[in-house]
Amino acid sequence: MLNRKFVALVAVLVMLIAACGSSEDTTTTAGEAATTVAAETTTTAAAETTTTAAPAEALVVGVSWNNYNEERWAAWDEPAIKDALDKANATYISTDAGSSAEQQLSDVENLITQGANVLIILAQDGTAIKPAVASAIAQGIPVIAYDRLIEDPGAFYITFDNVEVGRMQARAVYAVQPEGNYVFIKGNQADANADFLRGGQEEVLLAETGCEELVAPCPIVNVGESYTDNWDPAVAQTNMEQFLTLNDNNVDAVVASNDGTAGGVVAALAAQGMAGLVPVSGQDGDFAALNRVALGTQTVSVWKDARDLGTAAGEVAVALAAGTAMADVDGMVEFTTPEGNVMNSILLTPIPITQDNLSVVVDAGWITVDTLCQDVPAGTVDVCG
Amino acid sequence: MADATEIIEADEKIEGDEKKGARRSFGAMLRATEIDTHFVGMVAALLVIWVGFHIMSGGTFLTARNLWNLSVQTSAVAIMATGMVLIIVSRNIDLSVGSMLATVGMAMALLQAEILPKWLGYDHWATWIIALILGMLLGAAIGGLQGFVVAYVGVPSFIVTLGGLLVWRGVAWWEASGRTIAPMDATFQLLGGLPRGRIGGVPSWIVGIVASVAFVAMLIVGRRRRLKYGFRLRPRWAEIVLGVFGCGAVLGAVAVINRYYMPENLARQFAEDHGIAWPEGGLHISLGIASPVLIAIGVGLALTFIATRVRFGRYVYAIGGNPEAAELAGINTRWTIVKSFALMGVLVALAAAVQVARLNAAVSGLGDGTELYVIAAAVIGGTSLLGGSGTISGAVLGALVMQSLQSGMVLMGVDAPIQQIVVGVVLVVAVAIDSIYRRRSTT
Repeated sequence: MLNRKFVALVAVLVMLIAACGSSEDTTTTAGEAATTVAAETTTTAAAETTTTAAPAEALVVGVSWNNYNEERWAAWDEPAIKDALDKANATYISTDAGSSAEQQLSDVENLITQGANVLIILAQDGTAIKPAVASAIAQGIPVIAYDRLIEDPGAFYITFDNVEVGRMQARAVYAVQPEGNYVFIKGNQADANADFLRGGQEEVLLAETGCEELVAPCPIVNVGESYTDNWDPAVAQTNMEQFLTLNDNNVDAVVASNDGTAGGVVAALAAQGMAGLVPVSGQDGDFAALNRVALGTQTVSVWKDARDLGTAAGEVAVALAAGTAMADVDGMVEFTTPEGNVMNSILLTPIPITQDNLSVVVDAGWITVDTLCQDVPAGTVDVCG
Repeated sequence: MADATEIIEADEKIEGDEKKGARRSFGAMLRATEIDTHFVGMVAALLVIWVGFHIMSGGTFLTARNLWNLSVQTSAVAIMATGMVLIIVSRNIDLSVGSMLATVGMAMALLQAEILPKWLGYDHWATWIIALILGMLLGAAIGGLQGFVVAYVGVPSFIVTLGGLLVWRGVAWWEASGRTIAPMDATFQLLGGLPRGRIGGVPSWIVGIVASVAFVAMLIVGRRRRLKYGFRLRPRWAEIVLGVFGCGAVLGAVAVINRYYMPENLARQFAEDHGIAWPEGGLHISLGIASPVLIAIGVGLALTFIATRVRFGRYVYAIGGNPEAAELAGINTRWTIVKSFALMGVLVALAAAVQVARLNAAVSGLGDGTELYVIAAAVIGGTSLLGGSGTISGAVLGALVMQSLQSGMVLMGVDAPIQQIVVGVVLVVAVAIDSIYRRRSTT
């Protein structure tokens, strides 16, 4: 009786953990931007190959998407890559792995068979893809790791600088509140980016204050710090409520690592009548978050324009296919990976969006004025009139 | 219906008589009150946890404010755990509740933020009702669909809902292409509690008093019923003890809740709006019971009634006890299973409304991993995964234990990975203690 009960319980837990684990893998191993975490959850779309025929002589760039169903890739990244390739008269071919790491392995082989001279890979799993990447490089086909890290020193890595995102978050909050009690709402503990972001935040605050750590004599005191399971805003909200309780509302600033968690933080602050009085950071340029920036309840949303990423990838692909050595690519910096590999990289700089430069996201066509300015009183923000 | 109830009560009576020979110890006295010892054990464990956290957090845990927070934070999981009890009692499982929460929550958010305003405009009075009702219908439909596949197609519920866990998570993403939907309708936000969704001090007392009167009336009516059918009665002192403890717990909870006053910033705003001068010592306005807590209590009472007094509920227990016997006794077991899953769906919708309103936003990642907490709450609360036994009140208490652990550890500055380890260990240990206890008490 006891045993059967236990077996049943353990079976449930194992299955659940397996289910959760597999959806986290994408974020954990691939080290991708926090942007799409909410969207990372599994979709059931079958793997499918979208291919356009390629003439044999022209330069052919093969792009392997891990999951084209996510809105972002089709809306922002792909058109930018295509534009860059069109300018160089290169041909674009692509495959979609439908969130399957296995499928992506065969997709890469497929692209090579179709005559790709250079590959751009958005990895489903940065480790699982390594054999295919090694094989491509061995055949003399340059590989670009797009947005998510592939731990192969032979590949070229293009992403936004996540440590810099953390720095920007801390700087924006510090500019509003240069002293007092700080709370840090971090990302998912299984996501390497959560720690990159936190590292950038700490770096700026230590440098600005000249402290060795954020404790009592320092003008900025860390009064609460917590990871957020799965970047879940509801978890961030609960944690924030606990930090407010613990400090009897004596919280002067909140450094939240993305816009989702910032939403939870603002909800918790609103419950205490503190929303808008306490600076809160975020990132991703979520529409709801940009609206909060306009309303004044969120201080900053660090925005990563996916089109810049696509353009950079397209240009690098063309350069590499033309025989440029990886080390000679414009804007190349060396990036040391968590495993200690030194990779040739381009780390793009994101843009911190505050109430002062909201026009940037509107001008870029990222968000409409109506969405941005919902409920914003007239005359408070320039863009909203 | 009366027949089924009587038979079960009679069974309990026989079981009670067998144990009657025991010496008159505390255990025997406890049995005389007919309170589930598991329930008493859980209350004791909860008190230990609370006092432990209070000491370790330097005196912040057992404050009115934290207990108020705790009550709100527990609500969503508690609402779902009550339904999960019936699912597990009928020898099934529902792994899809977290994903369903996201799908239904996102649907309700889209309705009120984007679809309904096209016809009604923003913040129309009917928006929240339409959103909530359609959300509950959607929940019932999703749950019913899963129940249909389980009961009529014969796919094990583990597989059906494991599929559901993936499907509904995907649907939640697909509904809004992964966007965050915010803000919610102003009235709908009240369902989430903060800052305006609570009933105030005096109504809270009224609720407490009504609940106490109802509890005493229940004891009296129960005693009369037993007398009428010739069942064994509780000793008179046991009835009184039960009444005192029951009313004491209810009124004590209200007293504590009412000690949590409106945060100063909001109180100042309130004073300004109502033209009240700011008094010297600050303005103390009791917030009262939060709406999610009221919903959770209402759901808990309704489900307890369903589980113990309604034919459907008794059928669920009968199926869990012995499916073949239940079917041979003429129970439409399949339809009962479908109904239990549909009910689970409705409760998920209610929990989704609370979560979305509380966050004032819907995201496709909402409720990720919540199924684990809901199942754990039911199991810690004494629901047997073998089916046939489990109580609603135990599950609510289980949810409170889980949330107390989490909130308490955040107060102590314990980070998420350690929290998960602790909660996991507590889950296994709680069930282990329960199993050992039950094995001893039956041999």
